[in-house]
Amino acid sequence: MTPNTADQPAPGGAWSKISAALWRRPWARATLLLTPPLAWFVVIYLAALVVLLITAFWETNSFTNNLERIWNLGNFSTIFTTPAYRSVILRTVGMAAGVTAVDGIIAFPFAYFMARVATRRTRTILYVAILLPLWASYLAKVYAWQLVFTRDGVLNWSLGKIALGPLNLINTNWAVFIAFCYIWLPYMVIPVYAALDRIPGSMIEASQDLGGRTWRTTRSVILPLALPGIVAGSIFTFSLTLGDYIIPELLGGTNSVFIGSVAYDSFLSNNIPLGAAMAIVPIAIMICYLLGARALGAFREL
Amino acid sequence: MESTGLKAALRVWVALVLLFLFLPILLIVIYAFDPATVESWPIQGLTLHWFSVAWHDEGARSAFLLSVKVGLLATGIALVLGSAVAYALNQFKFFGRDAISFLLVLPIALPGIVTGLALNSFFTFTSIQLSLWTIVIGHATFCIVMVFNNVIARLRRTPGSLAEASIDLGARGWQTQLYVMMPSVATALVSGGLLAFALSFDEVVVTVFTSGAQNTLPIWIFGQLRLAQHLPEVNAVVSIVIVLTIIPVLLAARIAGAGAGSRTARAAAVQDTGRI
Repeated sequence: MTPNTADQPAPGGAWSKISAALWRRPWARATLLLTPPLAWFVVIYLAALVVLLITAFWETNSFTNNLERIWNLGNFSTIFTTPAYRSVILRTVGMAAGVTAVDGIIAFPFAYFMARVATRRTRTILYVAILLPLWASYLAKVYAWQLVFTRDGVLNWSLGKIALGPLNLINTNWAVFIAFCYIWLPYMVIPVYAALDRIPGSMIEASQDLGGRTWRTTRSVILPLALPGIVAGSIFTFSLTLGDYIIPELLGGTNSVFIGSVAYDSFLSNNIPLGAAMAIVPIAIMICYLLGARALGAFREL
Repeated sequence: MESTGLKAALRVWVALVLLFLFLPILLIVIYAFDPATVESWPIQGLTLHWFSVAWHDEGARSAFLLSVKVGLLATGIALVLGSAVAYALNQFKFFGRDAISFLLVLPIALPGIVTGLALNSFFTFTSIQLSLWTIVIGHATFCIVMVFNNVIARLRRTPGSLAEASIDLGARGWQTQLYVMMPSVATALVSGGLLAFALSFDEVVVTVFTSGAQNTLPIWIFGQLRLAQHLPEVNAVVSIVIVLTIIPVLLAARIAGAGAGSRTARAAAVQDTGRI
């Protein structure tokens, strides 16, 4: 039998009494633990999102630049009726989809190698190799591509060496695209690897025993089982591309206006309501995306 | 099952991806030693001049100090709040558990522009002046999930029987927490904290909207890049930043592994640090 310690006189006095009282009341402990963090999220973060939503329905006085709290749908109608803004939205979604697709194609064989071919030691090394660029300064990585693409940069120097004329990618959407693919790639590799790593070897053996060759096994067994991981990765690549304004600002040209750029410019020019309305667009897109992803079971990989 | 040809092809692919990942970072560091004022490839020579310029630059230096200060404060808040949620969610099963973990990921799952603009309009709405503290509030909000992820992963791997054994042997609730649970979670707290610091130290997308007149180091760098000013100096600063952000991450991976001991546990811990 275990001694009933709760009945012994408490050496620590009040502190012990509180601790014992809490131990007997799990709900009190849960409340004590959860109140501060939940209060933080509700009072600051959710409130901020609500304010953003409300601000999108206000307007800025075009003469005084002051925020006027008059409810209207002006910002949304501006966004959806101005052809320039409509093409901004299409360009951003297209960019996000393209980046997601290319990152998926780059990441899958890499993750496959990690999960199914590499020895444990190589696997750990590759894991760290994927994590390091993820954490190396974001701005440094964007700047690195500026150095690669610039007129006298590494790219043109290398192309010159193999006698393929200069290719001026700086200030184009291609530069933006490549930088996006580069910067978000680790976000795709990690969940795809996690999903592939979880596939039991027996499933693949079963497929082979039934006569499935490499391609057939990959298509009918591995790919469907890895899908939740791919979807989880795509949430990051898609969402991060939708909301970035720094890469287009530093690498893009006159045609590189994205949702993030519009929101950022409206912030700079003190027209927050228009920016807020623009920021609602990626939220709406992401909500649809997340609901779809949940249906595919992607959240088990997050 | 993979044929030799497929394996070789996969090896080549992995090597190419690794080159793609690391060459640009290497390039930045090489350029930092280039004496030329306008960067072009190949570099003109080797010098430490730009590091010395960066060291003596008052703007860069104060931005660096502000970033460290913000990082420490945000990490402190994240440690307290993140581990509290992890403990609660690990111990209690209740309605809305999934909603809470979803809420925690939201600040890094939603596009950065959304979080940034939302916080900015929130501070405007509540007439809170942008200051050091508004930056800290923003950073802490998305750092919490880093600590939470690390701690809850560790708690899930710590068998409940350990705590039960401690209670059976007569330890009180707080004694069990302090002497049994704490040591097993300590390394997860350290690695979660280091990752939170690295995340805060590097953040720019949200910080632009919450910083007012203050410059954190990434905002200083963004400003220089935008105006294409002092680029060689930026090279030096950015190289230092790369080293400074990579060190905490490597430490986090090592510490998370060392506490658990075995090699498989280390691999699992490294995996935790990557689960964002």
